Amino acid sequence: MLLLQANTTDLFAVRELNLIVPEIILTVAACVALVMEVLLPNRRSRWVGYFALGGVLLAAASVVAAWVTYGVGFPLTGFYGMVRLDGFAVVFKLIFLLAAALTIAVSLRYLDVESEQRGEFYALVLFALTGMMFLASGYDLIVLFISLELMALTFYVLVSFTRRERRSNEAGMKYFLLGAFSSGVLLYGMSLLYGIAGSTNLGDIAASVNSILHAPGADETTAVPLRPMLLLGMIALAAGLFFKISAVPFHMWAPDAYEGAPTPVTAFLSTGSKAASFALFARIFLEGLGGMRAEWAPLLGVVAAITIMVGNWAAVTQTNSKRLLAYSSVSNAGYLLLGIIAANRYGYVGLALYLLVYTLMNIGAFGIIISLHRRGVVGEQVDDLKGLAQKDPVMAAAMAVFMLSLGGLPLTGGFIGKWFLFGGLLQRGKEEGKNWYYWLALWAIINTVVSFYYYVRFIRVMYLDERAADVRPLSLSPALRVALGVAVFGIIAVGVYPQPFINFAQSIVSSLAGAVGGTIAVR
Amino acid sequence: MNIPYLLSVVTWLPAVGAVIILGVFKRDQGGAIKKFATAWFGLVFLVSLALVGYDRGAGGFQFLEDCQWIPVIGARYQMGADGVAVLLIVLTTLLGVIASLSSWEYIQRREKEYYVLLLLLQAAVVGVFASLDLFLFYLFFEVSLVPMYFLIGIWGGERRLYAAIKFFLYTLVGSVVMLLGVLKIYFLTQDAALVSKITQATIDSLAGNSQASALVASTRAAAAANGTGVFNIIFLQSLGSVLSPVAVTTLEVLLFFAFALGFAIKVPMFPFHTWLPDAHVEAPTAGSVILAGILLKLGTYGFFRFNLPMFPAAAKDLSYFGRFGVRHVMITLAIIGIIYGALAAMYFVVKRDGDVKKLVAYSSVSSMGIVMLGLFALNPNGLNGAVLHMINHGIYSAALFLLVGIVYERRHTRNVSEFGGLSHVMPGYATVFLVMAMTAIGLPLLCVFISEFLAMRGAFEAQPMWAAWAALGIILNAGYMLWLYQRMFFGNIDNPKNEKLKDMSGREWAYMLPLVALSLWIGVYPKPFIDFIQKPVNAVVRQVRPNYPLPGVPAPTQTAERQR
Repeated sequence: MLLLQANTTDLFAVRELNLIVPEIILTVAACVALVMEVLLPNRRSRWVGYFALGGVLLAAASVVAAWVTYGVGFPLTGFYGMVRLDGFAVVFKLIFLLAAALTIAVSLRYLDVESEQRGEFYALVLFALTGMMFLASGYDLIVLFISLELMALTFYVLVSFTRRERRSNEAGMKYFLLGAFSSGVLLYGMSLLYGIAGSTNLGDIAASVNSILHAPGADETTAVPLRPMLLLGMIALAAGLFFKISAVPFHMWAPDAYEGAPTPVTAFLSTGSKAASFALFARIFLEGLGGMRAEWAPLLGVVAAITIMVGNWAAVTQTNSKRLLAYSSVSNAGYLLLGIIAANRYGYVGLALYLLVYTLMNIGAFGIIISLHRRGVVGEQVDDLKGLAQKDPVMAAAMAVFMLSLGGLPLTGGFIGKWFLFGGLLQRGKEEGKNWYYWLALWAIINTVVSFYYYVRFIRVMYLDERAADVRPLSLSPALRVALGVAVFGIIAVGVYPQPFINFAQSIVSSLAGAVGGTIAVR
Repeated sequence: MNIPYLLSVVTWLPAVGAVIILGVFKRDQGGAIKKFATAWFGLVFLVSLALVGYDRGAGGFQFLEDCQWIPVIGARYQMGADGVAVLLIVLTTLLGVIASLSSWEYIQRREKEYYVLLLLLQAAVVGVFASLDLFLFYLFFEVSLVPMYFLIGIWGGERRLYAAIKFFLYTLVGSVVMLLGVLKIYFLTQDAALVSKITQATIDSLAGNSQASALVASTRAAAAANGTGVFNIIFLQSLGSVLSPVAVTTLEVLLFFAFALGFAIKVPMFPFHTWLPDAHVEAPTAGSVILAGILLKLGTYGFFRFNLPMFPAAAKDLSYFGRFGVRHVMITLAIIGIIYGALAAMYFVVKRDGDVKKLVAYSSVSSMGIVMLGLFALNPNGLNGAVLHMINHGIYSAALFLLVGIVYERRHTRNVSEFGGLSHVMPGYATVFLVMAMTAIGLPLLCVFISEFLAMRGAFEAQPMWAAWAALGIILNAGYMLWLYQRMFFGNIDNPKNEKLKDMSGREWAYMLPLVALSLWIGVYPKPFIDFIQKPVNAVVRQVRPNYPLPGVPAPTQTAERQR
């Protein structure tokens, strides 16, 4: 150990490895999972799943341990400023880990049914998770891009994991082509930023953005030479990120990919991948480009307004539940963008809290769809839930909770999340004295009524339609039950007693507060 | 009787009953479930009677409860009721018993879910009336939609799916807009400069007693310590005194309309009423009883509790839109509602396949117009009448829906043209129907007379023309009710299907008689009821118009506000 330390002082101090313990655990677990798959006897691939679940829990424990141990000293940076451990990173990492754990729990049975029970699946989930984790703690464009690609590439494979199914292959291909394109756009934006700032470190970029836009004596009328280039870079970055979070007009891939992918992958894609993309979005826009909030806030506002509308209205006519939830996921990207637009305490809390709740309710909803899934019966149509209240009242009640929470009814977590997102917008409007924030909030909240129309359709089918479409029992496994129980409990807990969860979400505020708040004050 | 945490007990007891039914009974034990549920409703009603111990002389909010809930946003679990809330809560628990008793025969399938939802609905509605924290209020207000959606959607008529989703989405539009208003209000209470102007005197005058003032003071202290805003309703009501110091501000008007939209859809006021007939026609009888008797009052109660005292400058505004003010908008819509509702109801007497239930639904639109007119008369008579009319409407419209339900269970039709000469075969039924029809018309010695008279008198004091227009609606009311009664009960039995109809059973008498008795009681001797509402009403009037001379209260020193 000492030897190692002596030889590598030029690169990094060994103790900096403490910053990435969870990621190391996950990488090792993923590699072991790959080997296990080969060594295990046939039909024992479920063990890999349990092993992966253990790895995720261990990583979660180490994240919590790091929080408890170093929490006072946050933010900690290491690896020449490339990795930054702060409240923001910890909160998002825990959300990803939760998403991954629930995903693994709901996929154990699904893969059996599909006869695709192979250990690679869990290894891929772990690799994707590793990428997400680095997205939360990366503080350098290179790290961020590499981790984004790690996550994206694994997802291309995961989406087409059921190789015998044509839909899955098609979805994977579409997702891959469009994803590669968007990565290119994103990389273009990053290269422009690098060109301007001369550094890939987000802190340096923030400093140079500020010095360009807020040079002493400069105001909005002064011509700033690098400003057009900065704007171009910002727009390219935004476009790339809009694709990742599936915001309009870059949302086209989402319905196809969501519908074609194996359902657990859809669940993971819509929660983990979305949360990770939002972490990236927040890091780049709130920290790196925090100084040009006045430039990007209107752009994001327009995109959020259109995304919310298109997502909700398109979902209304869907009959396939996965496709419907894909459009709902598009509209939720719009709601989450409101938190970044607001860029204040309420907005940040809303972003983190809503992502947490969204993870629970979306994986929960997909979990119910998975429980309907049997060979020959795909169970993906909304009508396949018909009469579920008679067949299995507990599952129907759980689904009702997920749907009402997605809509944002009080007493569910969705309401608390939306409360903060809308509240942040109103606060920002008051602070800046601009009316468009109020209009945006009104627009967004009116559209939640539309969203209730299609969420309630699930409830209608389950409770109001008499006849069960299919009387055979649900395909439930213990792991699936536990995952659904965790999801329901979490949603109700956030809805009824949100205090601890708000405190948890508030941890991201201190990391971001300096970035945007400070520059607003300068202006 | 002194029960600790009385309001919480009354609120949550129905929910406990729902949990017991879910846990103890099996799905096929319909008979046991309906008996248990009705007994439980009876228990809740008896417990809620302890609320009648409300100190009418002191007024203000009583039965206070306070408990920390979400300190980060300043929301607390605060309960409290003034006289108006007490009456509405007792009415709710009474209608709960009646509604469950009336469903014994009508509900033949999925009884377990039915009674669970009925109990949950009652918990949510009582919570709305009992909460003293805006956040908590909003929670109950919106959650009450869900059980009603199921009640209409599962046990409703042919077009139940359409009616259920229409009810749900319509009322949701209003409440989400209101949510923005709630958020904005909340941020206003974080504004130290604004809040510091709210005097302790204002808060004292609103709370009406020292306990409530102490509650507000401790809530403010807690909020200041955590750096949050305040959701306490008493405190928020005093915001009105500082929102528009000179002339009415756009902010106040916008907030007024944000709240008003949420409540107006619930009431429902004229252009937002279209969900109501559909919901009523499709809902099962008990659903209609709760809907008309209680849920509509959530809207008018909201106006009484929030719009008037919180935004007084907007509520009495007469010139915001040039020659037209916010108050004009509300009054105009109320009057249109009164006349339109009556005309529409009349149409369903004449129409070949006119539905009696639709008629009663439109008469509700008309009646709630009278409540709104009384509220926006903004004087003690008008408000007393409006509040009393909420109670009375809860009594007679519930009774009419029950009566329609009784005949529907026998004939499975509600078409006016199917009936005729019913008084020959169902004399008891005809008598009760007559009493309730007369109540609806506003015959003296029956309850509606008192409240309509007060509301009209209030409107007359404010502006004689308003009362004149409203009187037109009341005349139409009498017209269609008498006409309906004539067509259904008099003449010969020309439809052979009606010849063998049975008169009301013991169970049906059991749930009709209390309503008849109440109608007579309020009609003959309304003083106990007026006593409950007088102080809270005076407090609201004082809040809206500080200089208005109140009866029995020494007039303030300034010259009385000029009447328009």
